[in-house]
Amino acid sequence: MVPVSYYVALSAILFTIGALGVLIRRNAIIIFMSIELMLNAGNLLFVTFARSFEQLSGQVFVFFVIAVAAAEVAVGLALIVAVFKSKQSIDIDEVSNLRG
Amino acid sequence: MIEFNPLDLLNTLPILVLVSWACALLMVNVFVPRQGKGLMVLLTALGLAVTLILSIFQAGTQTEAFKGMLAIDDFTVYMNVFILASSLVALAISHDYMQRMGLARGEYYVLMLFSVAGMMLMASAADLIVVFLALELLSIPLYVLSAFARPQVESEEAGLKYFLLGAFASGFLVYGIALVYGATGQTNLIQIFAAAEAGVETPAFLLVGAGLILVGLGFKVAAAPFHMWTPDVYQGAPTTVTAFMAVGAKAGGFAALLRVFIAAFPAISVDLAPVLAAVAAATLVIGNVVAVAQSNIKRLFAYSSISHAGFILMAFVAFGQDGLFEDTIASVLFYLVTFAIASFGSWAIVIMLERKEGRGLDLQDYAGLGRKYPALALAMAVFMFSFTGVPPTLGFAAKLFVFRVVIEGGYYWLAIVGVVTSVVSAYYYLRLIIIMYMQDGDPQVRGETWLNLATAATAVATVLLFFFSTPLFEWAAEAGFLWF
Repeated sequence: MVPVSYYVALSAILFTIGALGVLIRRNAIIIFMSIELMLNAGNLLFVTFARSFEQLSGQVFVFFVIAVAAAEVAVGLALIVAVFKSKQSIDIDEVSNLRG
Repeated sequence: MIEFNPLDLLNTLPILVLVSWACALLMVNVFVPRQGKGLMVLLTALGLAVTLILSIFQAGTQTEAFKGMLAIDDFTVYMNVFILASSLVALAISHDYMQRMGLARGEYYVLMLFSVAGMMLMASAADLIVVFLALELLSIPLYVLSAFARPQVESEEAGLKYFLLGAFASGFLVYGIALVYGATGQTNLIQIFAAAEAGVETPAFLLVGAGLILVGLGFKVAAAPFHMWTPDVYQGAPTTVTAFMAVGAKAGGFAALLRVFIAAFPAISVDLAPVLAAVAAATLVIGNVVAVAQSNIKRLFAYSSISHAGFILMAFVAFGQDGLFEDTIASVLFYLVTFAIASFGSWAIVIMLERKEGRGLDLQDYAGLGRKYPALALAMAVFMFSFTGVPPTLGFAAKLFVFRVVIEGGYYWLAIVGVVTSVVSAYYYLRLIIIMYMQDGDPQVRGETWLNLATAATAVATVLLFFFSTPLFEWAAEAGFLWF
């Protein structure tokens, strides 16, 4: 059996890639994909621990995260489409009329 | 076999009623003609009022519901009453503005109800799963509401930014919860507490997890360095949404922070305290210093709201010390109520002066208000004094209680940071008063019954409640948790 620490390391790497993606990339869709990567890194961690504790509660949490992520996709893509319609771009550096 | 306890439904009746009402209104909205959205306002207010009454009837309940997922205690009732009353005020200042800006759509009110349900759920969360779900239920409607003035580009941009950064924060929250679960094998707050007291195998998981949960919730309450979205979203979103979210999202975020940190993490409070102190100090400095340079009133209030998050966080720092957690809860609740009252009042005045296409939002648009509308300028001055913390306004008492907790906790340097940044904040709050009274101008104000009423009531409350601040604080001190 693969030790728990391997899964923890993998999920930490995925989380870091996701977080860096949000900070570095400028395309709204790619930022959103990076956020999904972060959520799934959390899911992987939950499943790993649930397996090693032989509990169900961690796996149940993953279902909730998946459901919420789906709701976020619905709202997020709608917002991105709306912005694209009015700006013809989803580069978040170009979408910045709000300045102090 | 999991048994179903019908009593759980009774104990969660306020939230159930609110959510069912919101679903029903979504359907009703289809049959209400576009010109008659006043009916939707009435129905929404009715739903909020009924929920408020049901919540008040819960006073004194001390129980868990759904196998420890929710806690119904004095804290829940206090927060629910506060959140529902705030939403009623937010609703009162909404309708005229939405019509004036051509935004009168029924979905606005339904989304608001869902968000309120999320805030209430947040206040009774006793399990990290519920904290996560409540946070999302609170946030997702707010993302939509921020972009409600579509196809106005500013509003769409605010919605997109709020969404991206809010989802980013949820990523941190989920990962943090996963790590805490990995360290303790539990997601229930009180069982995490027990596991952490007994000692965990990998304390690093618990610490990093708690830190990531702080990041996730810190985004919601606009604490530095996670505040970047605040000025843009506050400026771009319709002003009524900004007013609602400035108070509501903060209340929900701080309710969750109180629950999670005080119930689950006292065992690691020694390690968390320096982090919390650093975040509080950074929030205070950034909020207050950057606010000085703002010329747009919505951005000014955004930075002001960041700085108030800093003041509230100051009360958190000493949460783990013996016997101090009660003072922490009480001073946070008191500060939240104070902030809400002055905040709604000042946003109502901003709404009165705002005109289409984002005009009337510059600080210079307030010039001459003191001469032309003395009552309105006086009310604004009262709110600014309350934000600064000048007696005899409620803001003074709130700051006093927060500083008392900080000093009892032994964080003198943090108290000094708080005092110094309060002095800095006086500069920009008083600048607005000077512009109103000392400069000539011709401000255009749109008065409306509900807006006037909300402004007058909050202004009177800010001054009058100051004289009852001790009993009010004692009242807040009774809003403890079920477990202690």
